[in-house]
Order: sequence, then structure tokens, then C-alpha cells
Amino acid sequence: MSIMKDRMLLIIFAAFVLAAPLIFAPTGAAYPDLLQRFAIYGIFAIGFNILFGLTGYLSFGHAAFLGVGSYAAVWMFKLLSMNIIPALILSVIIAGVFSLLIGYISLRRSGIYFSILTLAFAQMSYNLAYSVLTPLTNGETGLQLRLDDARILDTSLAAGELPSTNLFGLPMKEVFWNPTILGYELQFNWGYYVCALLLILSFWISIRIFRSPFGLMLRAIKTNQTRLNYTGISTRPYTLAAFVISGMFAGLAGGLLASMDPLAGAERMQWTVGGEVVLMVVLGGMGTLIGPILGAVFIKYFENIFSKINEGVLHGWVAFLPEWLDNIFVTIVSPFVGKGWHLTLGALFMIVVIFLPGGLVDGAKRIGRGITGANRREAKAGKK
Amino acid sequence: MDAILLQVLNGLDKGSAYALIALGLTLIFGTLGVVNFAHGALFMLGAFCAVTFSKILAISKVVIDPEKTDFLGNPAKIKTPYVEEWFGSFGTFLIDFAVPVSLIAAVPVMILIGIALERGLIKHFYNRPHADQILVTFGLAIVLQEVIKAFFGANPIPQSAPDVFMGSLDIGAMVGFAENAIIYPYWRLVYFFFSLAVISAVFAFLRFTTFGMVVRAGMADRETVGLLGINIDKKFTIMFGIAAAVAGTAGVMYTPINPPNYHMGMDFLVLSFVVVVVGGMGSLPGAVAAGFLLGILESFASMPLIKDAISAIGLPSIDQIIIYLVAVVVLLVRPRGLMGKAGMMED
Repeated sequence: MSIMKDRMLLIIFAAFVLAAPLIFAPTGAAYPDLLQRFAIYGIFAIGFNILFGLTGYLSFGHAAFLGVGSYAAVWMFKLLSMNIIPALILSVIIAGVFSLLIGYISLRRSGIYFSILTLAFAQMSYNLAYSVLTPLTNGETGLQLRLDDARILDTSLAAGELPSTNLFGLPMKEVFWNPTILGYELQFNWGYYVCALLLILSFWISIRIFRSPFGLMLRAIKTNQTRLNYTGISTRPYTLAAFVISGMFAGLAGGLLASMDPLAGAERMQWTVGGEVVLMVVLGGMGTLIGPILGAVFIKYFENIFSKINEGVLHGWVAFLPEWLDNIFVTIVSPFVGKGWHLTLGALFMIVVIFLPGGLVDGAKRIGRGITGANRREAKAGKK
Repeated sequence: MDAILLQVLNGLDKGSAYALIALGLTLIFGTLGVVNFAHGALFMLGAFCAVTFSKILAISKVVIDPEKTDFLGNPAKIKTPYVEEWFGSFGTFLIDFAVPVSLIAAVPVMILIGIALERGLIKHFYNRPHADQILVTFGLAIVLQEVIKAFFGANPIPQSAPDVFMGSLDIGAMVGFAENAIIYPYWRLVYFFFSLAVISAVFAFLRFTTFGMVVRAGMADRETVGLLGINIDKKFTIMFGIAAAVAGTAGVMYTPINPPNYHMGMDFLVLSFVVVVVGGMGSLPGAVAAGFLLGILESFASMPLIKDAISAIGLPSIDQIIIYLVAVVVLLVRPRGLMGKAGMMED
């Protein structure tokens, strides 16, 4: 039963992801760059959810793995080939090793100490990338491709032109199909579909982990770690495994970011980026399968669309109102949109944490139950 | 020798800021058991109290002088701040001393903000997991800094120290080194002594007043104090207000050293957490000691001599990450921190 359900979920999810350029068209978000961001941060959030959602260990340091993944991928582009496969593989491996190191130390402590330790590590990695390891990371300029890079596998490149990232010759930036459907001009590009396939794969892995005995163990750690310890089970290997898995997901996301746009900067490692993925997972619904992706899409959508709403747009919306009412509306709303969208995000996040700890998914479920009347039925059943 | 003294002095002002913020964090942590990610934001709010105060003082009456013209040929506007007009030379003094005087306004404002936060928000999170407390205060920090950004803009707003403290003190000459070997700005010295005063005031308050005694008892065993018929929640709320005020005053006095901007709180927050962890969760003397220690250590690591020595053995300069390295080593070797109790907040 449950297996069938999961399979259905996966199929629906895959169909939705593959049709995303069409589905998002009416919302104004259906351009490749933003769609890729949805998918990449979706992967990042899925990975983070495996750690935070299942074990309850709140890490603020996952930006470091994202950044490490990006750096590894760009180095691969510089040294080996513009094909994204080796770059992605290396970024996952490097991020895995890095997270093993950081996880091994941070997981010696739990609770708040763990959060603070990961926070310190994230900031340390940021400082390392920003200044200390400049030969490796190119400091504040960020790591970029150059004409005289080695690229030993790519021999037949046109001279004097920076090559673009590709998958066995399919350039990531190329729009391969550009139809007009229902009046919307759609863009289907290779880059998004690479991200989409990896997102579906990540989602599948996440389902498998959720349903596995390993996932059950992780949930047990969240519920009561002390009891596990008393039963004679050492929880460290499990938490460390979860930490490394989520680190590898973050590395994959970082590698994908670099594959879509081959540069890597230290600002990707700042702990506030790690805070953003926390926002995504909590907003969407931690510990749920689909929640993290919802949260990632939600935040990235707001970041790119909401932040473009300025006073002129607002006036346009309420043009039918009398002018004084119009002005009042715009004065009240404008601090919350445009450049102030972070304020909305922060406030929304607080509201979710305070009133809806299960996130948007939980909210949707509650609304759904309210409509179908399941609550009342359950209450009745409880009375009997 | 003089170089070493100079580095110690250089580390003091940053160390003072770390110590003050970490002290407030530990106070909140020790009393309410809440990790306050918004504490950096409180530091920032304090700094912007000073900004607001000096802006209010600088509100001026504009008189157009028809006889003089400015460089564009328009009639010159002569601005006289109202305080100066009303109080004469005392007004001038007020404007000059805007930063320290704004402490008078900042302390009650910060205490009120602290109490409002505790009663309005954090109170509801005592029975929720620590992760939720971290999340909600993190969200609060974002909201606070975005509100400040909406009002004051994203650029740093420089504040000046009073004219009396503008120069530098030649400490080297005073203690027998060559002249100009150790020069230290007056205001940083003021900041150091100010932080010492605040820290000792907090310690004295906890040590020598009945209120402080009850709070310490509550920190040790909240339930028993409650059973004795003392309303410990009320006292802890006030302690939250005091902790907010400590962070706020630290922010006020820091404005001449570093022009305040809306994200200064987040920048200090991470380091203050590291300080608290190194000092030992819940230990007030530990937080203060670790604050100064790490501040001084940071300035030593950025010393040219040491930088050269490190690069000589083939390592990159570590002044940017020394604090984090120390934190990692301390946590591995002595997990409870320098002065912490074992098993604190380990669930």
C-alpha cells in the first residue's frame, strides 16, 4: 500500500517537475535561470531535510558544503573538461569528505552546541575561502574560468572563446525548444532538465531513506536519543551518516550551481546562506517529503519575483480604488515588497514557527481536513 | 615587548564587545535556558538607539541669511540645532556627547524591548524544543534587522565620539617605552573601561542584591525557588530586559569605533556564540574571560611578526580563523568550555 503510494507520489512529482516550464508560465517564473534555481535549491533542501527533518540536528553550516561543491566543480571545469559529469561527481565527493570531517567534530556534541559548532565551521570556511585560501579560491573575486585553463580533455575548442558547460556536447544554456503555448512563450533548455532529473533522483533517494530502517533509526534519534543510548545503540554512526548524506546533497547543489553558471564565490559559503536553507525546510515543512522542495520554490520565487514589485506596480494593482485609498494601501504594503521582501520572509518564517511548526505542508493538510470534514469525523470516532 | 603590549591593547576593545554580548547571551541562557539568536540584533538596536538620539539632537532650525551666499549663489542657510538654541553651551555639549548621553535613553528603551520580547514571544517557547527556540529567534533577528534597514537604509551611519576623546593616548611613553611606540585611541580606552564598569555592575547586581540572589538561586534550581513561593518567571523576565540592555549599551558605545549598519548584529552574533561556547555555556565569568581572551588572541594572530612566522612554516595567515580554530580545539579537548559545568544543555 505504502509502496504504491510512494510510487504514485514519485510519478506525480516527476511529471510536475518535467512540465515545470509549462506549469510556471502563468506565474512569470518560467525562465530557465529561475527554474534551475528552484530545482537546485530543492536538492539542497531535500538533503538538509534528511539531517534536520529526520534527526532534529539543526545545522547552520550547510552553506559551506554548497560552496565547497561549487569550488570543486569550477576546478574540474578549469582542469579537466567542461563536461559537467566529472565536475558533479567531484563536487559530491569533496563535499562528502568535507562534511565527514566537520560532522565528525560537530557531532561530538548535540543540541545547541551542535548548532553553534556548525555555525562556527560555516563562518570559518567562509573566512578560509574569502581570504586565507586565496590561491585555491581566488578570494573575493571568486573562482572563474579563464582562457588559459588546462582543460586536458577538451582539445577541440575554438580559440579565444570561453567554452560553456555541457553534458556530452549538449550545452547547458541552449534552449532546445521554444514553443508558444496558450500565449506564453516557453523556454525549454538542457540545463533545467539536468537539474530536474537530479531533483527527481534526489527525491527518490529521499523517499527510500524515509522508508528504510535507517530512516526509522534517524527518527528514533529525534524522538528520544537517550532511550536509544540506554538500549545500547550508539547513535553517532547514524547521525554522522545523515550529516554526510545531507552534505553530499549540498555539494551536488553547489556543483549544479557552478554547472549552470561556472563561477564560485565565497559569499555562497556565508552562514546566512545556510540559514536560508533552514528557512526553506522549516517553511515548507520539516520531516516531510515534499515540504523542503515547496519551501525552496517558495523562497526562490519570492526572492526573484516578489523583490521586483515596486510602488509603481502596486499602484497598478489598486488603480480601481479612489486615489487616497490607493496611496494608503501603497504606503502600508510597499515596505514589505520590493527591497523589503526579506522583512516579509522573516515575519512569515516567525509566523510559521510559532503557529504552524509543520510548515506549509501541515497547513495544507489542516485546510484539506477542514474541507473534507475529516477532523469532525475523527472527533466523532474518538468519542465512541 | 612594546609590540606585545600594543596587541593586547588592540584586542581589548573587540574583546570588550565580545565579552558584553556574550555576557548578555549567557545571562539569558542561564536564566531562561533559551539560545537567543536575536541577541546580535539587540546589540544592533542599541547602536541605532545612539543613531536616532543624535539625529533627534541634530534637528535644526533653518534660518536663511540674505547677506551671505553659498557657493552656488543661493542665500546661505544657517542651521542651528534647537537644543543649542534652547540650552546654549549646554546644548553644544549635548550634541558633542551625543553617543554617551544616548545611553540614558538606550537603557530604558532596551530594557522595555527585552521585556516585550520575552513576554510577547519567547515565553511561549519554553516548552518547545531548542531547535524551535533557535528558529524563532533567528526569524526575529531577520525581522529586526530588516525593520532597521527599512528605516535607516543599508549604508553604515558614522557616529563621532566626543571631541575630548578624539585623539590618541601615547601609552608607550607613559610606561617607559619610546614615544609613539604604543598609540591608543582614547575612545577605545573609554570603551574598555565602560565595558569593565558594566560587567562589574552586572556581577555586583547578581552578587550583592536580594534580587540577584534570587536570580542566582533560580539559575541553580528553578523549580525549588518556584516552590518557595517566589515568582521566578517575573525575575527572569527582568533579567532578559537587563541582558538586552547590556547588549544595547555595548552597541551604543561601539558606534564611534565601527559605523553601525543593519547587519552588524549578525556579524557579531557568530563570534559571540563562539565566545560563549569557549567560556562554557551558562558560566558568566567564563563568558567574560573568553571574550577578552579571544579578542586579544585575534589581534595577536594578525600581528605581522606572527604572520611572518606562520607563513615561514608554510601555512597561510590564520588571523581570520584563529577564533574558530580555538573554539574547535577547546570543544574537542574540554567540551564543557573553560569554566562551564559538565552536561549543560546536552539534550
